[in-house]
Amino acid sequence: MTRWAMVADLRRCVGCQTCTAACRHANATPPGVQWRRVLDMEFGEYPDVRRAFVPVGCQHCDDPPCRDVCPTHATRKRADGIVTIDYDLCIGCAYCAVACPYQARHRTLRAAFAYDKPMENETKRRDDARLAVATKCTFCVDRIDDGLAKGLRPGVDPEATPACVNACITQTLQFGDLDDPASNVSQLVARTEHFRMHEELGTGPGFYYIWDAKEARS
Amino acid sequence: MTYPPGGYAPYGPDPWQQTSWDARAAGNFVCGGAGSGLIVFAALSDAGGAALASLMLAGLALVGLGLFCVSLELGRPLRALNVFRNPLTSWMGREAWTSALLFPAGLAAAMGVPGFVWVAALLALAFVTCQARLLQAAKGIPAWREPLLVPLVVTTGLAEGGGIFFAANPWHGTGTLWLLTGLGALVLLRIVVWLAYRRRLADALAHGARGALDRAGRVLQLAGTLLPLAVIAAIALGVVSGRDTAWLAALAGLAAAAAGAYVKYTLVTGAGFNQGFALAHLPVRDARAR
Repeated sequence: MTRWAMVADLRRCVGCQTCTAACRHANATPPGVQWRRVLDMEFGEYPDVRRAFVPVGCQHCDDPPCRDVCPTHATRKRADGIVTIDYDLCIGCAYCAVACPYQARHRTLRAAFAYDKPMENETKRRDDARLAVATKCTFCVDRIDDGLAKGLRPGVDPEATPACVNACITQTLQFGDLDDPASNVSQLVARTEHFRMHEELGTGPGFYYIWDAKEARS
Repeated sequence: MTYPPGGYAPYGPDPWQQTSWDARAAGNFVCGGAGSGLIVFAALSDAGGAALASLMLAGLALVGLGLFCVSLELGRPLRALNVFRNPLTSWMGREAWTSALLFPAGLAAAMGVPGFVWVAALLALAFVTCQARLLQAAKGIPAWREPLLVPLVVTTGLAEGGGIFFAANPWHGTGTLWLLTGLGALVLLRIVVWLAYRRRLADALAHGARGALDRAGRVLQLAGTLLPLAVIAAIALGVVSGRDTAWLAALAGLAAAAAGAYVKYTLVTGAGFNQGFALAHLPVRDARAR
């Protein structure tokens, strides 16, 4: 079996937002809609203040609440763990948006552009099928599927890897098959201290956050 | 998140009020619950003939109005029939299927077909339960995913329906003392559930959600509970009698219904804060080997 997952090493992220820009470029999302965001979080009070940059987006959960609540079967989970949306089935009820504990789902009611009129690239890449329906990070599923068809390895070969991971300047983001013990993500998860966001909700996110080296805490 | 044409929703680590469902969605919960409750009270009453037909049709109209409200929120309303595709796991799908059964059953009851009054009442109960479970299945909103929300929304819907039943009692005249006492019991049960619900959520809410629920709670306690219970007690104990009774019962019903509607409206539009983002551990950045 295959379980595609993403790992974010919080010790490495510098909050450059290159992943956000790469995602927007790869997926042509409208202004304001970021399938891959990087949160700038502060903790503590002066003078003891800590800061963390946290990449967030769809966590491609094992048990996604968005799938269970969807009245149309537009949201599904593939056998490899990727949660998908069929834009032709979605009625845009936004039930999935309020069911998602990760604020990963977006619904844009009308076409939006960076300026008053669409630029040439915006006109060219406009996709009305994605208007007024739920959208979210797909783990760049088309790149993964195309890459696999060509015999490439997602997470290793850039052509088969999500755009945000390819673009990450600090190698904070890694992608791979969690069911393969030899994969980069399995190795990272095995040798580091990590957590998953809002794990208490039982959603089983496919997105791991590394916060320390394992040997440092043993 | 839903991005309105006029601007973009804020987002950040701290919780914020969800922007996907607004007053239109709240209208479904308010009207759907009240309509279901009205159908249940009509079935329990002595109403027959034109009075029963009027009450049944009013209940169905409220349910229909709620569904119409929520249809205005759909991004793709022309595909609305897709809502019937997944009743197996989606409470929205189950709500749609229940409503599809409720309308013909309610119409049959209104036309006086024997037995359908009780079928409609059971389906109305199922409908309001679907609405409650629908809201509670939204895991992204702490104030909604609390399990006690289910009895709260069900009792609120029934109390609203009972309230409307007695608000209209001066016209249909089929309200009885035991039914009024039943409304009092529902109002009492509703406030007990509300207090338990608030206690369970004490530490789990964002500041904004807590403030919104506290305001709604005050309205529910004073206008939605104390006032109707005082009036119902006065009527039951014979403190008031004669023509005043019907109008006072109508006042109690209106107060019970309006407060319940306000609570549900607040739940959706004011207490729908998500839980934001949280780190279980802060990253350890130092010179150790990676």
